Amino acid sequence: MTKRSETVPPKTHEATAGQTVGPFFAYGTTFPKKHEVAFPHSPGAIVLSGIVFDGAGAPIPDAMVEIFAADADGSVPRARGTLNRDDHTFTGFGRAFTSDEGHYEFWTRNPGSVTGEAPFFVAIVYARGLPDKLHTRIYLPEPSPALDADPLLRSLEPNERATLIAQRTPAGWLRHDIHLQGEKETVFLAY
Amino acid sequence: MAHESNTVTAAPESLLAAPDQVSQREITAEIHERHAAFGRRATAGESLPRTMLDFPPYRSSILRHPTKNPKLVDPETIELFSPAYGQRDVAAVESDLTLQHAGEPLGERMTVSGRLLDSWGRPLRNQLIEIWQANAAGRYIHQRDQHPAPLDPNFTGAGRVITDEAGRYRFTTIKPGPYPWKNHVNAWRPAHIHFSVFGQSFTQRIVTQMYFPGDPLFPLDPIYNAIRDQRDRDRLIGAYDHDLTEPEFSMGYRFDIVVDGPNATWFEPDEGEHP
Repeated sequence: MTKRSETVPPKTHEATAGQTVGPFFAYGTTFPKKHEVAFPHSPGAIVLSGIVFDGAGAPIPDAMVEIFAADADGSVPRARGTLNRDDHTFTGFGRAFTSDEGHYEFWTRNPGSVTGEAPFFVAIVYARGLPDKLHTRIYLPEPSPALDADPLLRSLEPNERATLIAQRTPAGWLRHDIHLQGEKETVFLAY
Repeated sequence: MAHESNTVTAAPESLLAAPDQVSQREITAEIHERHAAFGRRATAGESLPRTMLDFPPYRSSILRHPTKNPKLVDPETIELFSPAYGQRDVAAVESDLTLQHAGEPLGERMTVSGRLLDSWGRPLRNQLIEIWQANAAGRYIHQRDQHPAPLDPNFTGAGRVITDEAGRYRFTTIKPGPYPWKNHVNAWRPAHIHFSVFGQSFTQRIVTQMYFPGDPLFPLDPIYNAIRDQRDRDRLIGAYDHDLTEPEFSMGYRFDIVVDGPNATWFEPDEGEHP
């Protein structure tokens, strides 16, 4: 990332439109330990997991979830190794395919923040039957002034806000379901 | 922690067939109705995405698309970065899908090449591009594909590459065949290659499909037509390029990919950089 500019020139190129990931993405997008953002036996490693649901409340067995987040100290990982896991580098990026029960999981760490904002994972959901990707965020549940001050969370109704905040398990892990549709529909983002 | 669900879930392959199984004629009519309606909404000033999430002709989307409008946010911190890749992360052989087995795959050998650009036309270097596709007979190697066309023991159909300093990529592969699916009666997907692309910022991440010029299945396909504007649909069609065709070896197609930068992804070029 380089210096942020004050004046943005007009765009000159039309963006390529997205398409569904389809039913057969697994063999094209897999790589070993893709869900191990942090090595499972490293200090601070936790599981972030949940289920991806459709509008009828049924789990989606052919979805793909990706996360990207800062390390526990808030630093953004810039080290290569996103594809080739070496069992010690924290790369920030993970990819998981849902199981037949719609379950996804990552080994990762609680993201931190350098400048005091509420930390979150960014997540993208893809699925057969979903015509394009969906962006969302997964915030940590611990109450804090930063969480209360977060501009996105402040703009939401309480029931919407709840769809972006993970639950802490007794083991200190994170649980976060994603609902593509329905009463508990997750808040998705446009930039 | 694993398998918290108490519901008994259906086998994934049993979900692939839409329950109503209408005719192609009905699906095509639904596509036309939707496109006309999108056109009216756009003319009335509504801002619509390029790819419509709510597109019922694609039957499996009915329960899988959000019903609320996405929240518009300013990308923050981590969203303005993306995973780091380098040239050594991918072996050269991974971009040649015809060399991954002992023998040569059957079918029409082709190369697809292009550039990865941002909305300002700047090349994006060191970015991962992943592809996957059916073989020449229209069969995916995935175990849930039940299309009774032959598997090719010399073709997996998956490849990866890292873009070079000018944002270029190149794959050698076999032209995929059209693929039957169970969205409706006699449903066939136009031949396509799936592309998964990273950008400079996580907001630019895109998964899409490249198609081939002149495919008669275009007007019939609910997935291709989930893109509401003809110009956007046209941009997903690789262009035949005779300059990329190699004598007595392969047919050449050009497919440039532009990731959508929200304005927050505009950065001043590094010193000494001349994009």
